[in-house]
Amino acid sequence: MAEYLIKNGFVFDPVLGINGDKADIAVKDGKIVESTALSNPQVIDAAGKTVMAAGVDIHAHVAGPKVNVGRNFRPEDKLFNCEAGKGVRRMAGGFSVPTVFRTGYLYARMGYGTVMEAAMPPLYARHTHEEMRDTPILDQGAYPVFGNNWFVLEYLKNNEMENVEAYISWLLRTTRGYAIKIVNPGGTEAWGWGLNCNSIHDPVPYFDITPAQIMKGLMDANEALRLPHSIHIHTNNLGNPGNFETTLETFKLFEGAKPNNDFGRKQVMHHTHVQFHSYGGDSWANVESKADEIMNYVNSHDNMTMDLGCVTLDETTTMTADGPFEHHLTELNHLKWANTDVELETAAGVVPYVYSPNIKVCGIQWAIGLELALMAKDPMRVFITTDHPNAGPFFRYPRVMKWLMSQKAREAQMDSLKWAEKVRGATFLSGLDRELTLYEIAAMTRAGTAQALGLADMYGSLKPGLQGDVAVYDYNPETAEDPELIEKAFSNAAYLLKGGEVVVKDGEIVSNGNKKTLWVDAKVNDNPQVRRDITEKFLRYYTVTEANYEVNEKVFMKNPYRIEVDATQ
Amino acid sequence: METVTLTPKAQPDLYIDAENITPDAFAGKTAAEIAAFHVHEGNQTGLLGTYFDVSGKAGATAAETKIVIKGDVLKVKYIGMRMTAGEILVEGSADMYIGAWMEGGRIHVRGNIDAFSGTGMKGGEIEVDGNAGNYLGAAYRGDWRGMQSGTIRVHGNAGSDIGTFMNGGTIIIDGDVDVHVGTHAEGGTIIVKGNGKSKIGGQMVKGEIYVFGTIDVMMPGYVYRKDVDLEVDGTKATFAMYEGDMGERHGKRKGEVIYGHIYQKY
Repeated sequence: MAEYLIKNGFVFDPVLGINGDKADIAVKDGKIVESTALSNPQVIDAAGKTVMAAGVDIHAHVAGPKVNVGRNFRPEDKLFNCEAGKGVRRMAGGFSVPTVFRTGYLYARMGYGTVMEAAMPPLYARHTHEEMRDTPILDQGAYPVFGNNWFVLEYLKNNEMENVEAYISWLLRTTRGYAIKIVNPGGTEAWGWGLNCNSIHDPVPYFDITPAQIMKGLMDANEALRLPHSIHIHTNNLGNPGNFETTLETFKLFEGAKPNNDFGRKQVMHHTHVQFHSYGGDSWANVESKADEIMNYVNSHDNMTMDLGCVTLDETTTMTADGPFEHHLTELNHLKWANTDVELETAAGVVPYVYSPNIKVCGIQWAIGLELALMAKDPMRVFITTDHPNAGPFFRYPRVMKWLMSQKAREAQMDSLKWAEKVRGATFLSGLDRELTLYEIAAMTRAGTAQALGLADMYGSLKPGLQGDVAVYDYNPETAEDPELIEKAFSNAAYLLKGGEVVVKDGEIVSNGNKKTLWVDAKVNDNPQVRRDITEKFLRYYTVTEANYEVNEKVFMKNPYRIEVDATQ
Repeated sequence: METVTLTPKAQPDLYIDAENITPDAFAGKTAAEIAAFHVHEGNQTGLLGTYFDVSGKAGATAAETKIVIKGDVLKVKYIGMRMTAGEILVEGSADMYIGAWMEGGRIHVRGNIDAFSGTGMKGGEIEVDGNAGNYLGAAYRGDWRGMQSGTIRVHGNAGSDIGTFMNGGTIIIDGDVDVHVGTHAEGGTIIVKGNGKSKIGGQMVKGEIYVFGTIDVMMPGYVYRKDVDLEVDGTKATFAMYEGDMGERHGKRKGEVIYGHIYQKY
C-alpha cells in the first residue's frame, strides 16, 4: 500500500494536544505511523494548510426507511439539484435527503471519514444496511432504536434486567447494530394509542412504565453489556416551548452513574440534538433560549456528552422515530406528512420544513444551536451536528463552524433575520463574544465524537496506530481573516485520506475508498427465556418471520467490522 | 429588440430537452454561438445547431432578445424554462414544460402546447392560440409551491389538473377544461370560459375559480352562498358564488374565515 507524508501543515489534534503546530503526518499501510517508519513516501505539501484527523459524525440520518420515504415523497428536493457522474463519481442528487452517493461524496469533501446513522428501525435493518452498503467512502454504523420496543418495555416493567441485556445483545447481533438509540421513550408507543409522553414521568399506556424507567433501565443494561457507545437519547417533549425542564430532568436521571467499558468512553449517556430540547417560555409567542441552564448542567457533569442539532436556516426534511412530534409538525406547517408503522418496535414520521430567516422562532432556534456550543466548557463532550436533515443538511457543518468561529459572521446572519431584535431579546447569542478555535472544532467534530463512540483507538486523532484517516484543508489559521474562507475551505477539503488512501484531492472525489460497516457483537450468557419470547412474538405479532429479519453480512454489508464485547462475566 | 430565428430541421428521433432556448441564455450571443449550445436527446448530448438552423442575433440582454421558432417543435421540451425577460414566439406547436418556472417576459405559441407548461411559474405571460395539455400552471411533482404569479391565456381547451397547488397568478381558458381544476390551490385565479367537468376546486384553501359554462359535478365540499354581479375578464354577468372546500383547514383574516371560491355564470 502507498505511503504518504503530509508535510508542514498546521496540525490540530486534541488527543495529542497539538494546537496548530507545524508537523508532518505519516501514513503507511492504512495506518498513521511515525515519519521514521516510511521508506519511499508520496509527499503531500500541506504548507499553509490545516491538517486534522478525518471527521467523525456521531448523529445523522443518512440511511434507512425514513430517509428513503423522504426521498420518495420529495421529488422536488432533487429538482435542479442533480450532478452527472464524472470519473469515479456516480450520478448524485438531492438537497436535504441526498442520494447515498451524494451523501458519501459530500461528507468526504468536508473531510469526514465516519458517519453514524442515528436511528435504525430493527424491522428495516436490512434496508438500512443496503443503503449504507451503497454509500461510498464512509465508515458507518447504525443505532437500532430500543426506547419503544415491546420486549424492552415488558422486561423493564417486570424488572428483568438479564432479559433486557440478552434481548439487546440479540437485537444488536441480528440487525448488525452499533448502539442503543432511544427516541421519545414510551411516547412513540403511546402514539399508537393517540397519546404521547410529554414528561419523563408520564406512564406509557398498557405497559405502565415511565420514560424515566425506560432510559434508566437501558442505561444500566448498556453499562452491564460494556458497550463501546453509551445510550444515545432523544428525550421526550422535543421541540415544545418550555421543554428545557424535561431535558434537565432527563440529564438528572443519570447523576452519579459511572461508565463501564474497555473502549475509553467516559459518558453514560449521549443526549442528541439538544437545540430542540432547550426552549423556555410556554408558547411560540414567548419561546426563549434556555441554553444557559442546559449548558450550566452539562458543564458541571462530566458523565454525559451531547450534540447540537444546529438549525441552518435552510429548507429541509424532518424525519424522526418521534411519530407524535412529526404529526404535531404537520399540523403546524400543513405540508405533506408520512408516517410509518414499524410494528412492535418503533414508529417514524417525515415532514418537509422550511426554517425561514423571516420567522422569529426559526431565528431563535438558529441562535440556540450556536449558543450551546459557545457556552460549552469541554469541547470533547459537545459535538457539532445539524441532526441531518432535521435542523439542516449535514453539508452545512462548515457554515456552522464559520458561525462558531466568527462573531462577525454570526452577527451578519443575525442582522439579516427579519425579527433580529426579537431574536436578540429571546436569546443570548449577541452577548457571546467567544470565538471557537480550530483546536476546539477538532474536538467537537473528531476527537470528542470518536471517544464518545468508543472508537478512539481507530478514529479522531493522528496518533500513530490509528486508521489513516486524515483531512487537509486549504485554510491558513495564521493569515485567514475572512470568515467566509472557513466555510469554503471546510466544504472542499484539499485532501482526504481514508484508510491510508487518497479519496479527495483538491475538492474532487478520486476514489470510492474501502468503506467499513461497524457493528457491535455483545456476548451474553445463553438465555432460553428470551429466545422463547422472541420466537413466540415473531409467530404471533410480526408480519415477517425470524428468517426474514436477520441481516446477512455477505448480502447486506460491505466490509463488516465486528467489535466484540464479552459481558458473560 | 433583436431577433434570433430557429428553424427546425428534421424532427429528432427522441424527445429533446432544450432548457437553454431562452432569451436569458441567448442574450449577447451570435447565431454561431447559439448553434453550439448543448441540448439533451435521450442520454446523449447534442448541439442546438443539429436540430435548428439558427439565424439573426440576440440582443445585449434577455429583455432585448426575441426568439422566433418557425414551425412545429413537437419533440422539444422546456422552451423558455426559467426565462426572466424577453420574448419567445413559437409559430407552431410545442411539447411539454413550455415556460416552466418562468419569471418574466412573454411566450406566445400559435399552435398547441403539451403538459406541465407554466409549471411553478413565478411571473411573465404565456399565450397559446391552440390547446394546452394537462397540469397547466401546476406545481412540480411533490412541490406545494405551484404557480405564484403571472398570466397564462389559452384560446383553445385545456387538459386536466390545471393550477394544481396554485398560489397566485391568473390562468384563463377560453374553451373547456378536463377534471381537477385548482386542486389544493392557496391563491390565484382560474377563469374557464367554456365548460368544466368534475372535481373543480378540490382541497382548495384560498383563491377563485370562475366557470362560464357548465360544471358536470360540483364538489360536495362547496356551499352555495349568494349571487353576485361581477366583471370577469371583460364579461359582465351574474354569478352563483360557492365557498369551500369545507373539508380543508382555512385561515382567518380579521376574524373572518377565508374560503376558496367558485363562481358559476348564470
